[in-house]
Amino acid sequence: MSATWAVFRRELKGYFNTPLAYIFIVIFLFLTGIFAFYMGSFFLRGQADLKPFFNFHPWLYLFLVPAIAMRLWAEERKSGSIELLLTLPLSVWSAVVGKFLAAWVFIGIALSLTFPMWLTVSYLGQPDHGVIIASYLGSMLMAGGYLAIGACISAATKNQVIAFVISVVVCFLFTVSGAPIVLDFFAVWAPQALLDAVASFSFLTHFNAIQNGVIDLRDLIYFISLILFWLFANLIIVDLKKAN
Amino acid sequence: MDWMIEVEGLVKTFGHLTAVNGVSFNVPKGEVLGFLGPNGAGKSTTMKMITGFMTPTAGSVRVAGYDVDDQPIAAKARIGYLPEGAPAYPDMTPISFLNFVADVRGLDTATRRRRLDYVIANVHLEAVLEQPIETLSKGFKRRVGLAQAILHDPPVLILDEPTDGLDPNQKHEVRSLIADMAKEKAIIISTHILEEVDAVCTRAMIIAEGGIVADGTPAELERQSPFHNAVLIDCQDDGVAEALFALANVSQVEEIQGGRYRAYPKHGETIVAEVADLVKQRNWSTSRLSVESPRLDDVFRKITGVGTGTDRSENRGENPEGAA
Repeated sequence: MSATWAVFRRELKGYFNTPLAYIFIVIFLFLTGIFAFYMGSFFLRGQADLKPFFNFHPWLYLFLVPAIAMRLWAEERKSGSIELLLTLPLSVWSAVVGKFLAAWVFIGIALSLTFPMWLTVSYLGQPDHGVIIASYLGSMLMAGGYLAIGACISAATKNQVIAFVISVVVCFLFTVSGAPIVLDFFAVWAPQALLDAVASFSFLTHFNAIQNGVIDLRDLIYFISLILFWLFANLIIVDLKKAN
Repeated sequence: MDWMIEVEGLVKTFGHLTAVNGVSFNVPKGEVLGFLGPNGAGKSTTMKMITGFMTPTAGSVRVAGYDVDDQPIAAKARIGYLPEGAPAYPDMTPISFLNFVADVRGLDTATRRRRLDYVIANVHLEAVLEQPIETLSKGFKRRVGLAQAILHDPPVLILDEPTDGLDPNQKHEVRSLIADMAKEKAIIISTHILEEVDAVCTRAMIIAEGGIVADGTPAELERQSPFHNAVLIDCQDDGVAEALFALANVSQVEEIQGGRYRAYPKHGETIVAEVADLVKQRNWSTSRLSVESPRLDDVFRKITGVGTGTDRSENRGENPEGAA
């Protein structure tokens, strides 16, 4: 536990040692703002809620989260520090979880800095705060899903660009499998069960459910088991490939 | 005997390539074992397996009684390891890096403070504690790596080329540091610098093509040198070579250049007395009569098959790092 904590603290501090953290946060806030106000017609809708803001999170995360995740293991492998890390007395699982949590908390910090949006709708009207809290929670869980995928793929290569591109593709599949464009394709010929199965793999399906203010246990289990699955795959890849 | 490091039948293959082929040895407390060998001989691979970074294809490693494969955390807690190239986290400062290592190793506050003071003072990191590691010189990076390896005062130290990239003064300091710790620990170092073996190692092992080809104290290995007990003589008189060759214990005489001869003994006998008697008896005028001091370089080259060993330059000492 103390080893996980040590890795977590080192990683989280590491973000702020370089301009990476600040650039990421600024771009994240800028893009969430652009999406919400221009593309989401935040004002024109005339409704006091944050739907236009949260609606774009999956698409934003699709690129920004792999950018955070790509360096998690690829950089260690490239610089050789993985040899140092994995010959310290800690389990690979501690390293995997410590790194994941640090990146997740970092994304959480960026997300929490969007609080002026919340203040704005509160000032303009009477939003349903429960729905907003649920949406933030859903957004966080979804970011964790993207991050676990990206971390696992980062462990498989020492090239950060390759890690980024493959992560985006995999994350894209996990996103669009719930979008109408894919579901319509299946809807024509596939049985409803298959349609549901495909849709149930999508971040969108579960995120939209949470975004409506209903925190269903199934959605929580989906995200948590997805995160654990990819972290476990991450563990196995690191363990098998550590010295290559 | 209480072995601190027990290596048994270690094999590592990468596809068709066999990097380490059945290496076995034990290291007790108090021993400093030097790994010598050409590049790619399997030194680093062996070290990576001892420290648990690589999983052996076959064989086992026990460190302080703990099997590295079955109880990796207990074994790793007892090892200090400086990997090849001394990797570290480039954007961290040495002090935050050392604190991170102390965190993972679970040092309590008092121990941490004491050990940090000790390593920073002994590895001389005071001046660079707050500079990002990526901005440090190669020598300082190496010392940061060394500092993290000895931070927890481990009973077993594995140092892959600990003095690489250091200047002669720093090399000397690092060797003294290793020598100071030697009594209490079992230490393995790998090096290309053969004088280092004489300076710090109590035992040397030459590894070539994945196997151990020589193992003994530095003095024992030096005895395998073709120059062991050979006598060098400068003499302008005639018939020197023939007269030397006629001596009972001389196996071979070689004229190196005009008037300089090297006489090789049979079976490593001491022949200098005989040669001196001969000089007196014949009343030769010699400007030089000396016993060759064998060096590990010669043994190394003889065993690993680089050069024949007889072509070594006369000006030994100018290039003490040898032709490893």
